[in-house]
Amino acid sequence: MTTQRWRGRSDGRRSPSSRVATGRLLAVLAALWLPLFCAHATPGSDGLEAALTQLTERSFATKAAAAEAIAESGDERALGLLRALLDGDLHFRASDGRIVFAERSGGGYRVRDALTGEALGEAGRREVRRIAINNQMRTQLRGLIAGLTLAHPDPQVRLAAVHEVMADPDDETLKRLRERLAGEPNGRVREALELALALADLEREDPAVRLAAIEGLAGSLEPAVRNHLVALLDEDPDPQVMAAAADALEGIAVRRQLNALAETLFFGLSLGSVLVLAAIGLAITFGVLGVINMAHGELIMLGAYTTYLVQQAMPGAIGWSLLVAVPAAFLVSGAFGVAIERLVIRFLYGRPLETLLATFGISLILQQLVRTVISAQNVVVENPAWMQGSLVINPGLSLTYNRIAILAFALVVFLGLVLILKRTALGLQVRAVSQNRAMARAMGVRSARVDALTFGLGAGVAGVAGVALSQLTNVGPNMGQAYIIDSFMVVVFGGVGNLWGTLVGGLTLGVANKLMEPWAGAVLAKVLVLVFIILFIQKRPRGLFPQRGRAAEA
Amino acid sequence: MEARVKASALPEPGARLGLLAAVRGDRGGQVLLALLGACALAVPALNLLVPESSPLHLSSYTVALLGKYLTYALLAVALDLVWGHLGILSLGHGAFFALGGYAMGMYLMRQIGERGVYGHPVLPDFMVFLNWQELPWFWHGFDQFWFAALMVVLVPGLLAFVFGWLAFRSRVTGVYLSIITQALTYALMLAFFRNEMGFGGNNGLTDFKDILGFDLQSDATRVGLFVASAAALAFGYLACSYIVASRLGRVALAIRDAEDRTRFIGYRVERVKLFLFTFSAVLAGIAGALYVPQVGIINPGEFSPINSIEIVIWVAIGGRATLYGAVIGAVLVNYGKTWFTGALPEAWLFALGGLFVLVTLFLPRGIAGLWRRRGASG
Repeated sequence: MTTQRWRGRSDGRRSPSSRVATGRLLAVLAALWLPLFCAHATPGSDGLEAALTQLTERSFATKAAAAEAIAESGDERALGLLRALLDGDLHFRASDGRIVFAERSGGGYRVRDALTGEALGEAGRREVRRIAINNQMRTQLRGLIAGLTLAHPDPQVRLAAVHEVMADPDDETLKRLRERLAGEPNGRVREALELALALADLEREDPAVRLAAIEGLAGSLEPAVRNHLVALLDEDPDPQVMAAAADALEGIAVRRQLNALAETLFFGLSLGSVLVLAAIGLAITFGVLGVINMAHGELIMLGAYTTYLVQQAMPGAIGWSLLVAVPAAFLVSGAFGVAIERLVIRFLYGRPLETLLATFGISLILQQLVRTVISAQNVVVENPAWMQGSLVINPGLSLTYNRIAILAFALVVFLGLVLILKRTALGLQVRAVSQNRAMARAMGVRSARVDALTFGLGAGVAGVAGVALSQLTNVGPNMGQAYIIDSFMVVVFGGVGNLWGTLVGGLTLGVANKLMEPWAGAVLAKVLVLVFIILFIQKRPRGLFPQRGRAAEA
Repeated sequence: MEARVKASALPEPGARLGLLAAVRGDRGGQVLLALLGACALAVPALNLLVPESSPLHLSSYTVALLGKYLTYALLAVALDLVWGHLGILSLGHGAFFALGGYAMGMYLMRQIGERGVYGHPVLPDFMVFLNWQELPWFWHGFDQFWFAALMVVLVPGLLAFVFGWLAFRSRVTGVYLSIITQALTYALMLAFFRNEMGFGGNNGLTDFKDILGFDLQSDATRVGLFVASAAALAFGYLACSYIVASRLGRVALAIRDAEDRTRFIGYRVERVKLFLFTFSAVLAGIAGALYVPQVGIINPGEFSPINSIEIVIWVAIGGRATLYGAVIGAVLVNYGKTWFTGALPEAWLFALGGLFVLVTLFLPRGIAGLWRRRGASG
């Protein structure tokens, strides 16, 4: 399949390249033979090698022909070689006559073979000679690179190529763009091509063409479009065009603001989802059991460290590690939670302030445990490949995958918990105990077991939150402390004993925080949110969604 | 519950009490005050009069360390007043302590004058470093000691008053109150970390030279600060005992044990809480002001919620609602901290964490409770 495509491409590219060489026809012809020949066999190692050797000649004409030949070779390495040549990274090593990539290191260079990429160790400053190019060749190389990238099989590379030339294309490139547009299968690349051509039309003599181009560009968020329109606004001779440009700019400004708002909202929801994840386990233990678990942040930390350990155990499969880490973290933190409940908390029910102190002590012990057993330093938790990169909605707005994933994950965890509490036997017992312990016991609910399981559930959810947080922030012994106060704020703001309150509270606080950040700065925004909550509690001491009835009095 | 003070242990509320008479029925308090007096005499003597070669000599470092413990003890007494006797578990008392400390720190900063690294006659170093041209408005007046002393009392007091007025009026109680006090100190910490706040940001205030014209590094000044701390602790202890023994203290106990009932009987619960909370914050501020010159630095870390929780631990370990228990707890825990961080730094958090758990589980009345039980049986 690849050979098919390579061949098709070299056919399509021949016509633009034949224009470039006029004075150097002979050399070009000679060079052209090789790729033609080689394209039928394996795509051109021999051709490349020959062309590379030619690059070492003194004459710029020969070098230009060689560059052309490299471009024509259809070899995957051609693009890299041409870029290296343009950037001045391509060197000739006299000792063995090899062409190498040389990278400055210390007093000399670190060299790699240009063809095979094989590392060749260090080389002194005098052992390698840079392959010099002149300005004419620079222009030619840029054209060749644009040609290669515009015809690249990967649409992303083509898109990037169009964007690269968009700001200031010469006639040569424009022609190439037009040709490309005729045969371009990918919708996004077509859009970009049309945009680039419309931008070029803005420079035309005919005002009608310029007007039409402005119309086509209205609403585009490309930075280049805005720059060109601003330029028109200042110096266009035709008042009609000027007015149209002003209109288009205004439209663009509105869209940019909308995009910025959408981005802020997304960041807010993303922060909010983190808060919800961190707080939701606390909402269970605090709301259902009335236990202030100051060790909650450390249970989150244990989840994050579980992710780290899982990744250490399966280094070859980072992509799958998170899927393993989620249940593992749930079990680890859950087990710690049950142990804490059985060993300490069950003696302290009904004395919330004492529980607060005891669990704070536990949090210190857990922190030191991690420091002693693993390390006092932060550990590196890797992001799987599928979480990297971002979803580009338009040139002004792109959402990173890891934040989208965590937002979705938070919602899944939330819904899972709601289902457990509303639809399972355990959930029924938990709610019964939280509403009226004595009555629930009289009905045969083993309240001690329910308490332990509830605490374990809350702790397990904290562990799961730790898996998610390990993808966003540093994982270290202190990470839990950063979340404990925020989590409390979310629970108190949302209303104790109400999962929906936690969801709404967390998302609201996240969005509020991000909305304030642009004009207040990150830290001040956080301070303001805290002050807001302190004031809010005065107005509604039981939070957004207070519990009603007798349970509320407890 | 067990920590309730038996009403019979208190003097008759009707009788007018002098400040000293407040500890009449309080054996622990008497012992404490006697010890404090002895220390205030012995420590200066051992430091200044005993020659350095003698094994009895107390180094200046130890004097400053002991002085630091005393300021912590005052802070713990302040917290015990509101937690032990009023039932308000404040997780933000470190904020009042730090505010008092900052007020003192600002005075000490202004005393540096031209001796700073940049040698600016008015601006402290960090402001010169940030390229500020003039002193922010809230730094004015801190070159006068009386003004700084006023602020040491006023700033924490005012914050506690406003905060308490808002919180108690809308009947925020129990755990909720604890959490928002924690939020308060956390918010202050974040705010003080910002350079733009004008309090030295991350680094806080340090490099102090002298106080009231006395060199802070000299032995005599350190001893003076130690004696001042001991006096402040004695005064704070007496004042708190006085309040506890008074009619107001009885109402406070009633509020702790049954807030609604007390309100229904007709007491103005909010006013009692507001007064005690504000008074306690002022004491904490004074403790902070004495702490800073002895330690030589104040930074936003003092606001961190952990610090405030540690204060609670001192009181819990010493024994709630006894006042002198708070002193015992503060001194013992901090001595333990000094010892552990020197000898076994790894183990300190294990020890502290373990103490929290064990004390809450097995010693709900703290160390003072042990002593009392023995006293009752014997």
